Amino acid sequence: MSTGILSTNRPHLARQVRLEWDPVRERQVLLAPEGVLVLNQTGADILGLCDGERTVADIVEELRGQYNRVDSDEVHDFLARLVAKRWVELGDE
Amino acid sequence: MNRPFGMLAELTYKCPLHCPYCSNPLNLSDYHEELTTAEWQRVLIEARELGVLQLHLSGGEPLQRRDLVELVGDARDLGLYTNLITSAIGLSPRLAQELKDAGLDHVQISIQADEPALSDRIAGTRSYERKIAAYRLVKELGWPLTMNVVLHRHNLDRIGRILDLAEELEADRIELANTQYYGWAWRNRAALLPSRAQLDRAEEIVRAARRRLEGKMEIIYVIPDYYSKYPKPCMGGWGRQQLTVTPNGDVLPCPAAHTLNLPRATVREHSLAWIWEESPLFRRFRGTEWMPEPCRSCNRREVDFGGCRCQAFQLTGDAARTDPVCYLSPDHGIVEEAVQAANEGAESGEEDLVPRTYTARQT
Ligand SMILES: C[S@@+](CC[C@H](N)C(=O)[O-])C[C@H]1O[C@@H](n2cnc3c(N)ncnc32)[C@H](O)[C@@H]1O
Ligand code: SF4
Ligand code: SF4
Repeated sequence: MSTGILSTNRPHLARQVRLEWDPVRERQVLLAPEGVLVLNQTGADILGLCDGERTVADIVEELRGQYNRVDSDEVHDFLARLVAKRWVELGDE
Repeated sequence: MNRPFGMLAELTYKCPLHCPYCSNPLNLSDYHEELTTAEWQRVLIEARELGVLQLHLSGGEPLQRRDLVELVGDARDLGLYTNLITSAIGLSPRLAQELKDAGLDHVQISIQADEPALSDRIAGTRSYERKIAAYRLVKELGWPLTMNVVLHRHNLDRIGRILDLAEELEADRIELANTQYYGWAWRNRAALLPSRAQLDRAEEIVRAARRRLEGKMEIIYVIPDYYSKYPKPCMGGWGRQQLTVTPNGDVLPCPAAHTLNLPRATVREHSLAWIWEESPLFRRFRGTEWMPEPCRSCNRREVDFGGCRCQAFQLTGDAARTDPVCYLSPDHGIVEEAVQAANEGAESGEEDLVPRTYTARQT
């Protein structure tokens, strides 16, 4: 499912998942009913901004303040993969 | 070394149901000396330190443990994702609310079929209506809900209506798991194994349902490994991602590993970390060093890890052989024979099923 993620979507974590800090692996992890995703720094930052208020465009913009290079396609792909798993939901446009 | 992500806590083997496909051990009476609350609390702390992030509370019937709410609360305090796997018998509105307040993250409720008479016959007790009430309760409390259904010869033809039921109850996920032949299911294999025609029809229905329900309900369909070309990557590899703790504190790489002739380690004598890293049972089949041919030189050896050790042992008497489900295994004929019998042999009926009973001893 390659649902197009729109820049105007306001993504948020699905009810069934939780973002936690794992002190053992020293990484942010996304916990879901039958799966765990160990996040890299960028992934963790993206999900940390998925509050249902910010649009995808806002998120890319904020990341640009933190990183030299932010590929907006990569952000869209990352979110699309999580949306396909129903771990992230897209709010209104 | 990899650290485990998930722990299956089999809190008790007590259960009010009698599913003939139950994967629990036959010698249930060996597990009466259950871990105490304090022992489980220590196990949870050690599990978290070892890297466990997901806790699957199961059994038997986990609702039979009076300290379930307390254990869920402790697990949540440790940051674990808590998943209850239950028949729902015993899930009163009050207990459900207490579990919710304790932070339980996710609920999986099993059901035997889409209609009361068959579901109750397979479960060996009247339970269908209570399960339906429990599904509604879980949704009302705002939990994500998974419906679990074990598939076999006697309910596979109803898969379409089972999916309809899940949709009607607004399940977020449905796990349609073809029976794995361990424990009671192994004993009942001949009466449970479906025919190829049944499976083909079922898979077509699952495909159509996936298209229809995309984005609405996640459909997990666990394929029947006897009919597959390759074996399943059992537990994501031996001692690699998962561990199981039995009601009396034995620690196993997979819930069926009690069948193997290897010394068992218990949390009553050792730390979880020692067992994971050092115990002979966990070391025996970790990685690829132990593998015989054809696995040793096969390019799928890190994909399916040579299949299931317990199945290899069950079918050949040697846990270190290639899983006979694999078409490359020299023992594959054993699986073909069972499949052939399921397709050509005398039709077996529900009356051939031996119900699971808690007091039964191994025969
Ligand atoms: C052993 S049960 C224990 C929890 C609870 N008593 C129940 O049945 O839901 C754990 C899960 O495994 C499933 N299960 C039981 N026997 C199985 C088998 N032989 N193959 C595949 N799944 C099985 C059950 O449906 C349930 O979802
Ligand atoms: S008998 Fe049925 S309900 Fe009880 S533990 Fe086994 S699978 Fe679960
Ligand atoms: S030979 Fe072994 S590794 Fe290769 S596919 Fe079969 S079971 Fe898997």
